[in-house]
Amino acid sequence: MIDFLNAFVLFSNFVLVPGIAYGAQLALGALGITLLYSILRFANFAHGDLMAFGTMAVILFTWLFQSWGISFGPLPTALLALPFGIAITAILVLLTDRFVYRHYREIKAVPIRMVMASVGVMFLMNGLVRFIIGPNDQNFMDGERFIIKARAFKNATGLNEGLALKSSQALTIIVAIILVSALFWFLNRTRTGKSMRAFSDNEDLALLSGISPQKVVTVTWIIAAALATVAGVLYGLDKSFKPFTYFQLLLPMFAAAIVGGVGHPVGAILGGFVVAFSEVTVTYAYKKLFTYLLPADYAPEGLLQLLSTDYKFAVSFIILVVVLLVRPTGLLKGKVI
Amino acid sequence: MSNALRAMTGFGIIGILLIGVGMFQSWNVALAIFNLCLISGVMALGVNIQWGYAGLFNVGIMGFAAVGGVAAMLTSQPIIYSAWQAGGTGILVSLVMVLILAAAMIFLSRKMRAGWAKNIVMVALAVGGYITIRNVFDPAVLAIESDNPAKSGYLGGLGLPILFSWLIGGVFAAGVAWIIGKIALGLRSDYLAIATLGISEILIAMMKNEDWLTRGVKNVTGLERPVPYELSLQESPRFISWVEWFNSSSLSGLSDDARAERLRQLVVEGSSIFVKLCYSGLFLSVLLIVLALCVLALASPWGRMVRAIRDNEISAAAMGKNVTRRHLQIFVLGSAVVGIAGAMLTTLDGQFTPSTYQPLRYTFLIWVMVIVGGSGNNLGSVLGAFIIWFVWIEAEPAGNWLMENGTAWLGDDSGLRAHLVDSAQHMRLMILGLVMLLVMRYSPGGILPERTRQN
Repeated sequence: MIDFLNAFVLFSNFVLVPGIAYGAQLALGALGITLLYSILRFANFAHGDLMAFGTMAVILFTWLFQSWGISFGPLPTALLALPFGIAITAILVLLTDRFVYRHYREIKAVPIRMVMASVGVMFLMNGLVRFIIGPNDQNFMDGERFIIKARAFKNATGLNEGLALKSSQALTIIVAIILVSALFWFLNRTRTGKSMRAFSDNEDLALLSGISPQKVVTVTWIIAAALATVAGVLYGLDKSFKPFTYFQLLLPMFAAAIVGGVGHPVGAILGGFVVAFSEVTVTYAYKKLFTYLLPADYAPEGLLQLLSTDYKFAVSFIILVVVLLVRPTGLLKGKVI
Repeated sequence: MSNALRAMTGFGIIGILLIGVGMFQSWNVALAIFNLCLISGVMALGVNIQWGYAGLFNVGIMGFAAVGGVAAMLTSQPIIYSAWQAGGTGILVSLVMVLILAAAMIFLSRKMRAGWAKNIVMVALAVGGYITIRNVFDPAVLAIESDNPAKSGYLGGLGLPILFSWLIGGVFAAGVAWIIGKIALGLRSDYLAIATLGISEILIAMMKNEDWLTRGVKNVTGLERPVPYELSLQESPRFISWVEWFNSSSLSGLSDDARAERLRQLVVEGSSIFVKLCYSGLFLSVLLIVLALCVLALASPWGRMVRAIRDNEISAAAMGKNVTRRHLQIFVLGSAVVGIAGAMLTTLDGQFTPSTYQPLRYTFLIWVMVIVGGSGNNLGSVLGAFIIWFVWIEAEPAGNWLMENGTAWLGDDSGLRAHLVDSAQHMRLMILGLVMLLVMRYSPGGILPERTRQN
């Protein structure tokens, strides 16, 4: 029984809790991609670098606040800086929309041209971020690091294994729940949200009923910028901020959006968790877990790791391939938000 | 200006610039730039086949170039018998098992009716097969990697001439492209972009981690060369007499000692120029062959058909053209050309270093070349490759110089100045992104727009 509990705690500590936090971060990113897809009808390759830009803006504000001596008690200062970072990021995306994407919308270019333009924007943003903050790792987490420390947990329960809950993980989950509920309330209950859904369902009909496309597009960009910034900041608090890592997050986020069904917000959230849990479970070494669960004679010899951590991107790719082969529409069908 | 005139002016300007670099910097630098211009030209042609002919957006050029590089390494390196003895059988057996597993899965997925039973069988097969294969594969890998790890620790190659690898690089890249295309083509157009982005990252990760095949980050250096070595040239009497004859005017009238000293310098310099010229000849012939084939293909009925598909898929399909099939064909052909260029690049470098593959250099830069040069126009892509590569190389010293002098008014101890000077290298990224967006928006045809005949 004790062995079983130990195994469960071990599993929670290394798979369950990190998986939930990572899944929530991916889900927020994938939500942005899915929203942009259903309104603007193209896959935004610049999303990873948009996250990087938003996070960078927040980091700069955090440093400013820290230099002023402002802090947020036990919570990270980055939370205070978040609204300012979102505002800057929103301005940036509206500028890119005005000067890049709007032209292609007006000439009704094929979607792949928009995708290509977004690749151009991706490199522009990537360069901007590296230019301003540099290509290196930045750690901007301050405040209380842990809610439950592994040692304290061991002492309190008397188990061999400790369960650590980082405050960034708890924060991720809480912020993600608040943000997602607000987003769904907005889409389902407010006038603007309803007009967005109408626009994504049938553009021509929406135009006829007097919905302003420019307004819908602007609101979508602002929401996407906010989601990307929050996702990026949460990821950065949880791990650390490095522009190249954020660029690489693009693939898991796309996988999440496609797994769930492109254009489907619930699907994006589901997809985020599917991708995150597959990544964590596949790259976790199960040796210790099975040592607890199996009788002593059967204790495994190898690491029992399905895939080395260097290949975690392969996981999202394999998921992507399987979905494209088996069910190209994604788990939840639909193109309407 | 007509296209022909534009092309001549464009190549003329690049030629003059290269000669200028040769006269004022050094001929070695000029030839090094020229050689990479040629390779980039081949790569840009490959991308142009995909984007210009068919509108397929490949964001994974880096991956295909790297596959070509692996091919160059695997073809030319000598076979390492001890490693094969240690784990060769294990690797081969697991390879056969992978093929059997794949065949079984494809067979079952065609034969079984959709439903829960099928899903369970497929998943069980995949997981069970994976674990079994790992059990054969892992010990073999361990055996190979522990065989003389400081010097080899991998299986080696085939020991064939490296020129042969350019073809093999094309074949390898085509194989990867076929698999990706089979999965992603025929679905929504952006899925191909996402899939290629993913596969290129994974291919690079594999090359960095599968030490038994590529030595990983330990790199494979000292690849065989298709051209003579500088040192052997410097010792060859015939080469020395050539250099003497070529420079006879500048050597005459010197005293014996000064003459011998000068000749020695000229031979050293001449040998590396000679080697680069040999490479230029090889690359130029590949570029011209690929270019000629591309021009012929685009002018043929096949070329007309693919352009028709690009411009209106629905009507082309209504005329009985198999759109997905043609897309797959074009995607494979274009990737093969990129693979050839990748193999050429590794040959020129003389070493295979997986960590040098970066999306910026190998994917994005090539895209900018094609877009600036003129998508859909073969000669345009080559011209774009020449221009952008020249700018890319010369922009670094220019950017640093600009930053140094532009921020001089801030004073030497200014933190902002230090930061700006440090970040000057990232400016290239921003500027090229900007160039790409501006050309796409204001001059979508590029420098040499595609010619469309209307009658």
